[in-house]
Amino acid sequence: MELVVFVLAAAMILVGAVGVIVRSNPVHAALSLILTLFGVAVMFVAQNAHFLAAVQVIVYAGAIVVLFLFVIMLLGVDRTEDISSEPFKVQRPLAAIVGVGVIGLVVAAVVSSRDAIGTRGEGLNVADVVGDGDTNIKQLARSVFGDYVVAFEVTSVLLVVAVVGTVLLTRRIKSAGKDS
Amino acid sequence: MSLVAAATPTTTWYLILAAVLFGIGAVGVLVRRNPLVMFMCIELMLNAVNLSFVALAKKLGDIGGQTTVFFVMVVAAAEVVVGLGIIVSIMRRRPGATADDISAMKG
Repeated sequence: MELVVFVLAAAMILVGAVGVIVRSNPVHAALSLILTLFGVAVMFVAQNAHFLAAVQVIVYAGAIVVLFLFVIMLLGVDRTEDISSEPFKVQRPLAAIVGVGVIGLVVAAVVSSRDAIGTRGEGLNVADVVGDGDTNIKQLARSVFGDYVVAFEVTSVLLVVAVVGTVLLTRRIKSAGKDS
Repeated sequence: MSLVAAATPTTTWYLILAAVLFGIGAVGVLVRRNPLVMFMCIELMLNAVNLSFVALAKKLGDIGGQTTVFFVMVVAAAEVVVGLGIIVSIMRRRPGATADDISAMKG
């Protein structure tokens, strides 16, 4: 059963990821990205990260991809672009070499050190269907609001800075508006 | 059927999948010239790292990995907002710009 879930979710992730880089229409690329993000959410559930799976669907597939689609529509780039030609002839072979190299090196490192990782912490509390169903959320909350509370507060500052910065970036200045 | 039941995915499988996903994202950033699609490929790479964090959190029995993924998601959201704001303001100035056109980094 676990194997079936893994194979299906891995297929979703890989098909979506390849779709993002080969689809010539940005809208299709964004929709392929949703497929990948859902596959990753399935993987999170399979790894007992239930809260993160929910956040993945809501924040990534819900908010970020919608923002991407919004910008694509706003800028009017929702048409097929020509990706068959490449001005730098060596770029694609080089990119393929870099990609295969990165994958090969990381896979070699993971496989060679697969016995080096042992259990260290106190263990993840698996959600219990009969009794307490939200142990993962409780454990994560204790970590976020306990050990990492300073980082959590800094995160709120980061979000405010990002929002204010974006408003400033995309605001049309009135004098510049007259020229265009 | 017993063979299927015996082969349960281990942490190594998840880490290899994450490596492949990261590699695809890296190739996408290098190959595509539309800044929006390059941005999507960066999201792919972030998700690959999140996947390996979650897999190792389960393997090590440490919730800290999931906490890290939580923060990565928040930072990714902020990054997307700022990045798309920059792309919108660039594209307004010159429609249809690719990453090659805006390599000089000046107005």
